[in-house]
Parts: sequence; C-alpha cells; structure tokens
Amino acid sequence: MLALNNVEVMYDKVILVLKGLSLEVPDGRIVALLGANGAGKSTTLKAISGLLRTEEGEVTEGSVELDGVRLDRLDPSEIVRRGVFHVLEGRRVFEHLTVEENLLAGAHTRRDGGINGDLAAVYGYFPPLGERRSGTAGYLSGGEQQMLAIGRALMARPRLMLLDEPSLGLSPMLVEEIFRIIRRINQERGTTILLVEQNARAALGIAHHGFLMEGGRVVLEGPAETLRANEDVKEFYLGLTAVGEKRSYREVKHYKRRKRWLS
Amino acid sequence: MSPDLTLVLQLLIGGVAIGGVYALIALGFVLIYKATDVLNLAQGEMLLLGAYVSYGLIAQIGLPVPVAFLITLAFSIVLGITIERVALRPLIGEPAISVIMVTIGLAILLRSIVIGIWGTEYRVYPDVLPKESAQIGPLSVSLEFLWSFGIAMALVALFALAFRYTRVGIAMRAVADDQQAALSMGINVRFVFATSWVIAAIVSSIGGILLASIQGTGILLATLGLKALPVAIVGGLDSIIGAAVGGVIVGVLETLSAGYLDVPLGGGVRDVAPFVFLVLILLVKPYGLFGKERIERV
Repeated sequence: MLALNNVEVMYDKVILVLKGLSLEVPDGRIVALLGANGAGKSTTLKAISGLLRTEEGEVTEGSVELDGVRLDRLDPSEIVRRGVFHVLEGRRVFEHLTVEENLLAGAHTRRDGGINGDLAAVYGYFPPLGERRSGTAGYLSGGEQQMLAIGRALMARPRLMLLDEPSLGLSPMLVEEIFRIIRRINQERGTTILLVEQNARAALGIAHHGFLMEGGRVVLEGPAETLRANEDVKEFYLGLTAVGEKRSYREVKHYKRRKRWLS
Repeated sequence: MSPDLTLVLQLLIGGVAIGGVYALIALGFVLIYKATDVLNLAQGEMLLLGAYVSYGLIAQIGLPVPVAFLITLAFSIVLGITIERVALRPLIGEPAISVIMVTIGLAILLRSIVIGIWGTEYRVYPDVLPKESAQIGPLSVSLEFLWSFGIAMALVALFALAFRYTRVGIAMRAVADDQQAALSMGINVRFVFATSWVIAAIVSSIGGILLASIQGTGILLATLGLKALPVAIVGGLDSIIGAAVGGVIVGVLETLSAGYLDVPLGGGVRDVAPFVFLVLILLVKPYGLFGKERIERV
C-alpha cells in the first residue's frame, strides 16, 4: 500500500504547492486523483516518484511510504527498482528512438531474462505498437505515443503505476480505448494504479476510489460511485445538473454556487 | 600510371588515414554533446594530455608499449570521471554559455599542466606503430597510416554498435532525448553523463597517441584536436556516422589542399579548407550531413 501522510511540497524553497496532503492507495486498486489545473496533482505524483528534485522541489513535511518504507529520500532510479513507475504527463516518448528501443529503455532497471516475453505482452495490449516496432517513436500518432508511454511502464513490471493525464489531447474514442486497457492491466496483472485526471468522467468510470484535490489539499474522497453521485462533483467536474441532464451554458452561474466542502 | 594520378592517390590515402583519427576524436565530441548538451572545447587538450602521458610512460619511464597504453587508458578514465564530477556536474541546469566557458577554462588548465611538466618543445614520439611502407603498385603506403586508420575506424564502429544495441547505449540515447523521462525509467542520468565523459577521454587519448606517432608530440597537437569541431559539425553534431564521414572528408580536404593549393596560394590553406567546407555544408544542410532532424508532428 502506498500512503502519503501530511505531505508538504515546496518549490524553490518558497512556493508551497502541497499543503498537508494525505492519501492512500491500497494494493491492486485503481485510485483516481482529480482536480482542476494547479491543484497539485502532478506535483503529488512527482513527490512519490522522486522526480520533484529535478524541478527544485522537495518534500518538506510528512512522508511518502510504500509498505512502510519511506520513498521520499530515495533516488528516482531506486524508487523505480522498488516497483513504482511514473508515466509522465504529455507522453514524453524518446522521439528519436524506435518503438522497441523505447520499450527497452523502460526495462532499464530489469536484470532478469523475461524482457522478450514482456515485449510480446506489451504488443498484445497495444497491437498498433507491434506493427510499428521499428518505426521512430516521434512519428507515432498521439494515441500511439500514449500507448507507448504506458507500454514502456509495463516493461518495468511495476507494482504501482502513476499515470499522469493519459487522456491529454486524445479523441474521446481513444480515451475510451486507453482507459479500457488501463482497467485490463489492473485486472490481469494486479498492477495498482494511481490515476491523475482532468477528465473526471473517464477516470471515475474505471476507478475504485477517488480523491478530489483543490489548492494543494484533498477536499473530498470516497468510493468512485459515491463521488459520481456527489452533487458538487457532478456540478463542477462532470458538468451535470442535479437531475443528471446536460446543462445549458446559459444557465451557468458559477459564482453563485458555493462548493459545499468549503463551508 | 601517370605521376599526377599517383600524387592524387597518395594524397587521398594520407587524407583518409588522418581523417580516420579525426573521426575518432570527433566521436568523443559528439558523445558528450549528444548525452549532456555540452560543447566540450577542451577536447584538444584532453588529446594532448593523453599523448603526453603515454609519451612519458614509454619514452621517459621506459615501460613497454602495451603496459603504457593500458596505464594511459586507466588515466583517461580517471580524467573523464574527475572532469565530469568536479567541473561539469555543479553546472547541470546552468546556461549553455557558462558551461562552454568552463570547458575553455578546463582547456587552459590541462594545457598548462602539460606545459608545466613537459615544456613546449617538440618531441619525437617513440615508435608504437610500424614505420615501414607497403608498396601497392606504384603507390607507397605507410603502414603507420593504415594502422592508425584501422584502429580509429574499428573503435568508431565499436562505439556506434554499442550505442545502437546495448542497454547502456539505449540509456545514453534516451538521456539525450529527454532527461526527465529517462530519469522516470530509473536510468541513472549521472552515470550516463560520467560514461560519456569517460568515453570521450578514452577516444581522445587514443587519438592523441595515433596523431603523436604520426606527427610527433608537440603542444600544437591540441589545435589538431580542435579540428574535431568542424568534423563533428559537418557530420551533424549528434551523429556518430556523421563524425566518421566528416572526419574522412576533412582529412582528405586537408591533404588535397596542402598538396595543390598551398604552393599557389602561399601556404596555410590546409588549416582553412575544413572551415570553408563547413560553412558551405551548413548553408545547404543546417543540421549537418547526418544530423538529427527536429521531429515535428503536425
């Protein structure tokens, strides 16, 4: 189980981005982390994977623990070795490498001989990658690049995958496909998934549990069904009125409605 | 065969041979630029130091050549790690111009060390390569040239293959593409940086030994090292094959212009020709002959 306890993150020693964030990701589950731009979702993932330090950020308070072992003082490569893999926002494939070389780079920390089998497994999840395995990754379509980013993570055989906005810039159909595969990975391989999303509808569609962030804190949490039914979540993140119908923009009076969790 | 043709062939062979060594030196330059985005202007001085260390071990201490060669290699590895650790790592994330200034400082430092220990006078390098000539038809080809070309090209090919197929090679290219993403795969970026400096130090030492055994040891060897700059740029700063082809082109240009243009134009053309060619190439192909094109998806 991954647990964040009261984590504070500061950038450049002045900017406080996470202000006492706590959350838990039980093994084998899909947990969604939702919130608007600038809520601190990506920062949370970087605090877990140790990539914060490349951006002059640090965990100043609290702890990040995987099964009771603290991660927040380890090197990113050590964290990957312990089975936590961060799929960065914006796909970030190695553009000048081929598809297969990208996947091999994902297996960098592996020392065992199962790499070829895993390549086949990734091509099984993502058939388009198999067809273009010796093609340059930079010329793949956006959806294929997202598949490659997730496939690259699978190559490390992680216990916990941190996915940052896998729906970014993809068509609704592709989003559906990618999310279906994420669910399959979770079910078939037992991989725990912490999913950061702006697309709350898609995320709550596959998640077991959800956390809602605002201003560097968790403001609401609960099982995915409960969150889907929550009036505020519906209104602010799913774009539905209380009766469940699509709302007209004419009637939007955002400023009048006060979010109940602020009370 | 007419004397004219013989002369051209003779010049070509000399040019290709020396070009192979340039290619090797440019390889170090390319590796560092590719993996760490640093233009290493101390490459020539690293070459100089390698040449002088091996000279000292062979000619002054009297060690047998293979032993001296291995010690020089070990020295280069230590040199590469030290440079990366002491001079470059504190500058990660700083503007490119500061980093380039540091490599210039490094060049001056290394050169001063060499001058401090060995002085500035020209020295005859001991014979490490066979000095005889082979007679191929009307051409007499120095075995020294053949050997140095062979060694240089074998090393370039070895590194090119390793870069393409090994785990560390893929990691180095991944770091060159996207450092943070590489970090997120658990690739140790510091190790990759250190490795590229070590390889650069090794290839420049070997290049230094080859050049010194052809031309003798003098402080001017460092300026030969600077030839790696046009070689690497002609080939495209980030391409290993580019470095190989660029090296041969520059070597041939040099010997041909020395053979044909120095007399009518009054000398020195061999040093200018590579740079004239560089300007022409960049006009036509701004990424160099084999440079990585910027991938843009629309």
